[in-house]
Amino acid sequence: MNGDLIERLAGKRVVVCAGSGGVGKTTTSAAVAMGLAARGARVCVVTIDPARRLADALGIAQLGGEPKRVDDARFAGHGIVIGDGGELWALMLDPKRTFDELIATLAPDAAARDEILENRIYRELSSAVAGSQEFTAIAKLYELERSGRFDVIVLDTPPSRNALDFLDAPDRLTGFLEGRALRMFLAPSGLAAKLVGRGTSVVFGVLRRVTGVDLMNDLSGFFLALSGVLDGFRERAAAVKALLADDGTTFLIVTSPEREAREEAIFFRGKLREAGLPFGGLVVNRVHILAPSAPPSLDEIAAALDGDAALARKALRTLDEFRVLAARDESALARLAAATGDPDPIVVPQLDGDVHDVDGLVRVHRHLFAEGDARAALLAGAAF
Amino acid sequence: MLVVTGKGGVGKSTVSAALGTAAAARGLRVIVAEVAARDDVSRAFGEAGDARTFVERDLGDGLHHISIDPESALEEYVKDQLPRGLADVLASSRLFSYLVAATPGLRELLTVGKVWELAQPDRRTPGAHPYDLVILDAPATGHGVAVLTAPGTFAGAARVGPVARQGGKIHDMLVDPARTAILAVATAEEMPVNETLSLRDALRTELGGQDLAAVVVNGVLPGRFRSAEARALAAAGEAAGAGAGAPAARAVRAARVEEARARAHRAQVSRLRRGLGAGVPVRTLPYLFEHEGLSGDQLARLGEELLR
Repeated sequence: MNGDLIERLAGKRVVVCAGSGGVGKTTTSAAVAMGLAARGARVCVVTIDPARRLADALGIAQLGGEPKRVDDARFAGHGIVIGDGGELWALMLDPKRTFDELIATLAPDAAARDEILENRIYRELSSAVAGSQEFTAIAKLYELERSGRFDVIVLDTPPSRNALDFLDAPDRLTGFLEGRALRMFLAPSGLAAKLVGRGTSVVFGVLRRVTGVDLMNDLSGFFLALSGVLDGFRERAAAVKALLADDGTTFLIVTSPEREAREEAIFFRGKLREAGLPFGGLVVNRVHILAPSAPPSLDEIAAALDGDAALARKALRTLDEFRVLAARDESALARLAAATGDPDPIVVPQLDGDVHDVDGLVRVHRHLFAEGDARAALLAGAAF
Repeated sequence: MLVVTGKGGVGKSTVSAALGTAAAARGLRVIVAEVAARDDVSRAFGEAGDARTFVERDLGDGLHHISIDPESALEEYVKDQLPRGLADVLASSRLFSYLVAATPGLRELLTVGKVWELAQPDRRTPGAHPYDLVILDAPATGHGVAVLTAPGTFAGAARVGPVARQGGKIHDMLVDPARTAILAVATAEEMPVNETLSLRDALRTELGGQDLAAVVVNGVLPGRFRSAEARALAAAGEAAGAGAGAPAARAVRAARVEEARARAHRAQVSRLRRGLGAGVPVRTLPYLFEHEGLSGDQLARLGEELLR
């Protein structure tokens, strides 16, 4: 796989940015969406940014679960022109609310809906429901894709520790609700009771003894209530799985050179391969780049600093440390490239200052979307 | 019992391992517990590759390690609650494993339940010895607080019966500052600081009686440039302009980046201190420029530094 980001994303309708937490996934997603919009596409970025600074930067902090248009004027003076039919939309995911909405959509009637939403187990424990954050992210993806309102949807995946949580979400949720047998023995009555037979009632009795009767009754109510939406969940999960595997979808694995993130990225790449999901390449953030030439002498630095030798010494020491990091990052990149089969990852260098405003987005965007020689020159300019 | 919590990737497992090492060096019988499927602590102890779970491994000199998986915890719990024959009925039941997989929060309860068992003066595990200190490298479940509140939530949801009793007992230990200390690990960045502050709030509301015992901020940059120097660096950076790729300019740029990052770190650490108030000690650990895991000696030194 070779090529610049724009080439890698050509013809894609869904771009999933995946990777472990804290590697700049949200910023990358927003910068990718902004770049595609600036190139004439109607783009919606679905993000989960708990810090909300990105939302503030884009002027969408007041957002609920519906896409909101990002004002093109936000980018005025930053060298980004969104025009020529391009539109940038954004929405911030609210997992609990999305999950409730999903229940409302799928429930056969209002009574069934209320029964679930008001179930004590659901209310107290719904945040723990089988990775609801991951599932709601893809539920939203499904809904947006089906709406046909956008040319491209960029999905920033939830900040799970494990990138796989996202990939497994449809299976886990249906697995969680694969309750036919379970429901039958939780409330063995009528036909169900005849089907499950005696063995099960022994288990049921033992279970009540271990867990307590009240808990069993509440759980039974919980599963029974959910059973009404089970088919809807299952259909949706299957549709999302098909969507993720589609030719129009691509997974960008976002990472940093740090060990944990790097190994997670490699692991996730393997999982994509196993699942037959499309891999669009790596985005490696916060890379310290090693200059090919030797570090400058103390005198040279002092000359650049009006002869301040003490300050020059500190600067040289800092440069030495950066070069240690750069050497580490260089071998991290080599390992990433070899292990993921992306020989030419998109590299975003360690940028000075925080990247949480429009200006920061634009800087990240410049590195992501630079092409050919310009990309190489940008990286060379960032070297230490 | 010491619960070490915090966002993923902030060095929680290193801090857990370091504290375990240091406490053992002071003569305590210590076990560091982590949740299976992650082997960060074993990696910190240089034990990668040992896939066994639920085994209390003696690492020597009073230090022990266990990796807890909810399935084994469940099996142990059921054996403990039921006579042999009935336990076997359950263990072989597919329906039962469905129930465990499907019940929200049950896995968290089982995991923390095993940690609780380790911390008992009278261990129910046959032949097991008590520990002086149990350190839990808590799973990074978003807010870190989920695993701490699971027992109480479960006790509330179950109301009566064995699960409610068990959940209640564990909850009582978790909310008691005399028996359980909660330590948060963070880095000097926006999100980890936010999470630490909201963890503290969540503890107050959901785990009444508990406050953070301490916060460790990992990887703080030294901040070696004074403000006059920062200005000189900025001026030199501007002057370099187009020649920014020249060797001397690279050093100036490195210094400027470092200065900006260190300043941002300081700002985050003060924001954390302000947010937590005087009652919660905040310790900082310096950024290490070689970061591919620490040796046993380094771990021990880090732990000593923290206990100082």
